[in-house]
Amino acid sequence: MSDSIFIIQSGLAEGRRKSRLPGLLDIMQSASGLVLALFMWGHMFFVASILLPQGETIMWIVTRFFEGYFFFGRSIHWLVSCVAAFVALVFVTHALLAVRKFPAGYRQFRAIRSHTRAMRHEDSTLWIWQVYTGFLLFFLASAHLYQMMIWPQNIGPYASSDRVWSDGLWPFYLAMLLAVELHAGIGLYRLAVKWDLLPASRVFLKRLKWALTAFFLILGLATLGAYMKIGYEHRYQVGERYTPETLPDWLLRLAPAEDFQELRRMRTIPAEEAR
Amino acid sequence: MSQRQITLKILRYNPQEAGSEPRLQSYSLETAEAMTLFIALNEIREHQDPTLQFDFVCRAGICGSCAMMVNGRPRLACRTLVAELPDTVVLAPLPFFELIGDLSVNTGKWMRGMSERLHTWLHTMEESPDICRIEERMEPEDAEAVYEMDRCIECGCCVAACGTARMRQDFVGAVGFGKIARFRLDPRDIRTDADYYELIGDDTGVFGCMSLLACHDVCPKSLPLQNQIAFLRRKMAQVSIRRE
Repeated sequence: MSDSIFIIQSGLAEGRRKSRLPGLLDIMQSASGLVLALFMWGHMFFVASILLPQGETIMWIVTRFFEGYFFFGRSIHWLVSCVAAFVALVFVTHALLAVRKFPAGYRQFRAIRSHTRAMRHEDSTLWIWQVYTGFLLFFLASAHLYQMMIWPQNIGPYASSDRVWSDGLWPFYLAMLLAVELHAGIGLYRLAVKWDLLPASRVFLKRLKWALTAFFLILGLATLGAYMKIGYEHRYQVGERYTPETLPDWLLRLAPAEDFQELRRMRTIPAEEAR
Repeated sequence: MSQRQITLKILRYNPQEAGSEPRLQSYSLETAEAMTLFIALNEIREHQDPTLQFDFVCRAGICGSCAMMVNGRPRLACRTLVAELPDTVVLAPLPFFELIGDLSVNTGKWMRGMSERLHTWLHTMEESPDICRIEERMEPEDAEAVYEMDRCIECGCCVAACGTARMRQDFVGAVGFGKIARFRLDPRDIRTDADYYELIGDDTGVFGCMSLLACHDVCPKSLPLQNQIAFLRRKMAQVSIRRE
């Protein structure tokens, strides 16, 4: 056992100089939150690819892209597991650092709740919502990340839709969508005012925050609806994977399709013939 | 503005008196033109209830004595026009501070403790400065910046509005950060950021601030607290990165 443990136990760890750790932890909390919020927005755009024309094919392409299909000629699912593991690591770090700010015990909870109710101050009330949604995400995001780590092969136009509809997970995704979008929007606004690094007024930042939250909530609800619809229509073929009949020519040009048997099979009619 | 009848529901409690329990007592009052909450309270004390306790000194938003919770938000009674308030107004003492009785709280005791804790006085090279000597000249923009933060009247509104302080009694509060920002701006003060880190570089200090910004929104002197706290956070974060 190191000698320092006895110094810490004696309550003399600080010595004459304050630890520099709280500053680093504060930066880490902000940085991990920023990474997660930006990841969430990117993630939302990727899953929302299902809403585009020929959405099932586009979503299949997005999925295969992240599986390295267009680089290695086959899907490497553990690449997705690795991304999920990295996000999980950032998520756990953020949760660990953020939970320090949660009300500790009933006395603190009662104090802050009565305070925000009586004050009717928007930023203080938003913080309470950040706590509520953050608490929910401990469970929801953990379960989702675990699922993505363990079963990375179950992502795709049909696989995801079956998960949402036939596996009955749409209430789970609905709750997570609301929690994530509220938490990330409030969190990014909080970051902006906390560090005051953006040349924008607080009023503008607040409006931007609400506009972005509304945009991502609408996009998220529409996306969830699309997966529910596909899942409902696919309910008698659960387990079947989506395979596009054709792929856009530009994609086949991008990938060395000659080397990839599956891609070659799906090659579109060459542009000259189409004309 | 026409006259109207308003009801002031005032939180009555005397911790010195055995058997006293916190309760809201209603007083009805006819408003007058340009009447402030401070005038209304004096009306009640003079004509309805001489036992009502509340503080005031300057009546002009300078001393900070008459800060109280007005419908859940901290405000100065002398700077609050009754005409701006609804027909029913709930008045309560500032939370967080030691309660003397009714609307009267001992902010001075807390402010002194904060001042001693954060060393909010000028630190110069001289051990015992010659107070008869004319002060050294300061650049006008430096003096302006120092004066801007020196406008703080220590009313306690920022601390009463702070959600972090409501949960954690040992939190420095915006008034403390404002003081540190003021001395950091002062070219006569020899302290470095590493020195200030020793005072506010932890979770009871600037890293504990959750940026709820109620302090900034309720400050009766409209001090730029958000910017100052963010500035201190950045500086203290730099100290921790550089391990100064």
